[in-house]
This record gives sequence, C-alpha cells and structure tokens, in this order.
Amino acid sequence: MLASALDDVGKILVLLRDGRKLMGTLRSFDQFANAVLEGACERVIVGEQYCDIPLGLYVIRGENVVLIGDLDTEREELPPNMIRVSETEIKRAQKVEREASELRGTMRKRMEFLDFD
Amino acid sequence: MLFFSYFKDLVGQEVTVELKNDLAIRGTLHSVDQYLNIKLENTRVVDQDKYPHMLSVRNCFIRGSVVRYVQLPPDGVDLSVRNCFIRGSVVRYVQLPPDGVDVDLLHDAARREARGG
Repeated sequence: MLASALDDVGKILVLLRDGRKLMGTLRSFDQFANAVLEGACERVIVGEQYCDIPLGLYVIRGENVVLIGDLDTEREELPPNMIRVSETEIKRAQKVEREASELRGTMRKRMEFLDFD
Repeated sequence: MLFFSYFKDLVGQEVTVELKNDLAIRGTLHSVDQYLNIKLENTRVVDQDKYPHMLSVRNCFIRGSVVRYVQLPPDGVDLSVRNCFIRGSVVRYVQLPPDGVDVDLLHDAARREARGG
C-alpha cells in the first residue's frame, strides 16, 4: 500500500494518534503500518508559531499511525503567515496552551455540579 | 470481505474520510486493502485553517483503524439491494418454500440423530 511512498524521494508527514506530526523519509513499513522514518523531525505547531525538532532514525509502531501523507515539494508546506521559532520558544508556547486548556477543564468540572441540561 | 469489495468498486470516486481525531479529508479513492486502509489522491482537508500542517499533502495513506466515516457522493451508491449479508445471530425465522424440504426424511433423520446416530 505504501510501496509508492518508498519509491518517491520526497519527505512524508506522519500523523500520530497523540496528535504529533512527524516528518522524514520513509525507509520501511509493514502490514501493520509500522514504519521506519529516517531524518525524522517533529513539527510542533502552536497557533501561528512552529518549530521542527530533529529526532533522527525512528521506528513507529503501526497502532499509533493515523495518516501518512506525501509532502508535495512544489507547494508550501505551511501557510505563509506562520512564524518559525526556536525549540525553547515553542516549548514555552506549548506549556501556555496546555495550562489554558487545563484551566478550562477544571472550570468546567467546577460548573458540572450546576447540572445544566 | 464485503466492505473491502464495496470499496474496491468505489475506486476513482470522490470521497470524504472523517477520522476519529475529527480530521476530515476529501480526495479521490485510489486504493483500499483488506484492513480497509485507504489511499486517497488529490487530497484537501475540509477545515484547512485548523490543520496548517496538511497544506501541502496531496496523497495520503490512512490507517483503517482510525476511520470514523467514509462519506460517499450522494449518487455514487446503488441503493437497490440485490445481494446482502445477514448476521446469523439476528435471524428469527427462515421461511422455506413448501416443497423445499422433505419433512418426512427430515423427521427420520432427527430421530436418528436424537438416538445418538
């Protein structure tokens, strides 16, 4: 199924169940969609900021794979408004986003006793 | 096997695949396999702004286990049922043609079976 992706020279994007986005060169795969990604990096996106964190040679267990896509080299990978930032910067942005969603979660829990329909 | 055959007949049609992570992708059905993994060509994401990382993805492999829905073109389906598969556990009666069974032969066979034949 992924045989054509092996032949192509281009990079691929792998979406994982936990929401992570990995990019790299597909070196191998099997019937479970286990995959070997060479020169892998994780593209972290928070709002309009993004950062590519290098990972190296990765073996991905198939059950975590959501989607494997060809990255069309002739097209822009990301919208033009996106800003590339450093790893520390994106980690900070991730922390802020995580804390904001946790706060929303706890507030919702506190409101649950009110039993809105 | 049934749905695998069905999707094989649908190859070349435009479909929208909605994944369990809420991502919806529209594209031409290129191929399908026994696990109902789907390969789409000429893809574009339904809510592009929400998924900037998918901007340049034109072809993708989708693991069957992560699919929630496959939306079909409204006239792309022959809804007249000619053959169907019915799960055994839901059957109440099977009505036979009156001369479909030699009841006396059946009765004798049942007696033999009950006797331990």
